[in-house]
Amino acid sequence: MNILETEALGRRYGGTWALRDCSLAIPEGHLVALVGPNGAGKTTLLNILVGLTGATTGNVSVLGGIPVGSPAALDAIAFVAQDMPLYRHLTVADTLHLTRNLNHDFDGAYARARLRDLGIAEKHRAGKLSGGQQAQLALTLALARHPRLLVLDEPTAPLDPLARHDFMATVMAAMAEDGLSVILSSHGLAELERVADYLVLIAHGVVRLDAPVDDLVARHRVVTGPVGEQNDPRWQVVESTAAGAQQHLLVRLQGPNDHVPDGWESRAAGVEELALAYLRESSVPTPLVPVEASR
Amino acid sequence: MAGSPIAFRLDPASGVPTYLQLVQQVEHALVLGYLKPGDQLPKVREAVADLAINPNTVLKAYRELEHKGLASGRPGQGTFVQAGLSQATLPELAGLRRALLEWLADAEAAGLDANAVSAVFASTLRDFSERREAESPRGARKVRGRTAGGAA
Repeated sequence: MNILETEALGRRYGGTWALRDCSLAIPEGHLVALVGPNGAGKTTLLNILVGLTGATTGNVSVLGGIPVGSPAALDAIAFVAQDMPLYRHLTVADTLHLTRNLNHDFDGAYARARLRDLGIAEKHRAGKLSGGQQAQLALTLALARHPRLLVLDEPTAPLDPLARHDFMATVMAAMAEDGLSVILSSHGLAELERVADYLVLIAHGVVRLDAPVDDLVARHRVVTGPVGEQNDPRWQVVESTAAGAQQHLLVRLQGPNDHVPDGWESRAAGVEELALAYLRESSVPTPLVPVEASR
Repeated sequence: MAGSPIAFRLDPASGVPTYLQLVQQVEHALVLGYLKPGDQLPKVREAVADLAINPNTVLKAYRELEHKGLASGRPGQGTFVQAGLSQATLPELAGLRRALLEWLADAEAAGLDANAVSAVFASTLRDFSERREAESPRGARKVRGRTAGGAA
């Protein structure tokens, strides 16, 4: 089952396309990192996915074909927005009461137990909690609905390293316990290798990568060799850096064979390195050739 | 029943993929005797909550250990050590150490210091595993996994 499927999805604000021709098919059971520069269309895609805004063109469905924004989709998806939306003047206890009354299924016992484990007292006002505690409270409210899909828009950006670690640990533990899928937008590329097992990269409103991390790593190599030599025709160069004598290329392999010519070296590309290369690509990207189709 | 005798710890600077670090830590714990057959590996939920890593990464590491015949999953309970690396291969290990000592003496005679020895070993090991992976990505694992399969 696909947790999210889009086909030629687009969203225009006035004369500007925030998202163009976005086609994705993301299977369930992953933590999907949604990566891209500011203004790439990440938040627009997430807002469409959770039903906060409509699409201008194209089709989108969630959880194996359910229309976005439908009651079934709203019940199964939990969303924590970028700015950790909490009513600052409500106490934690009042926040729990409010959330229980606003949602179909809300596991109050689960939420209380989690907040107790985190040492967050119910008598405090939400606005008086530390940034890390506010994030944990927002996350607890989302998880207590026992969603099948958790959507997080840059959740750890304002957090210090320890709070960030604790936040992600909570997300991961929920994933291990409940088998939920997670889609998370983030600028934290260094964290990618540890947290994400599926990568979607959007640049200039267009999807550039949409695949399991293991597949991406297997399909790319960093090759190093002398300047001026003919590149192997099986290499699709994503990024190249050259000095007087030597050049480094990050290449997408067109086939399973990663043989390099004499005088060249080849090594695996890291996830962060790979994501950076695609982010740096020119605004007129080369068309992607699926690996299967070329062989 | 108590939890696992070992806990995982990641080295973010190692450059080794996370799942492989977990596999290697179990193998090292087996060689060093921290883990014995029948011992439980850290529960996925615990490992994930400790390290803030993706549960699929832990599952991938445990699948790899099962492929190698070192661990087996018990539904609803967790993953347990199936075969001890150290006791099954102790005489072999001694032989390998002897051969390595001879090689180290040769390396010293050739003028290599400890750093140079490490570099030669690391690059040869990398070439060796890359070549083997290119030849038969699945086959190599299965052969190794087979011997320990019947031990439980």
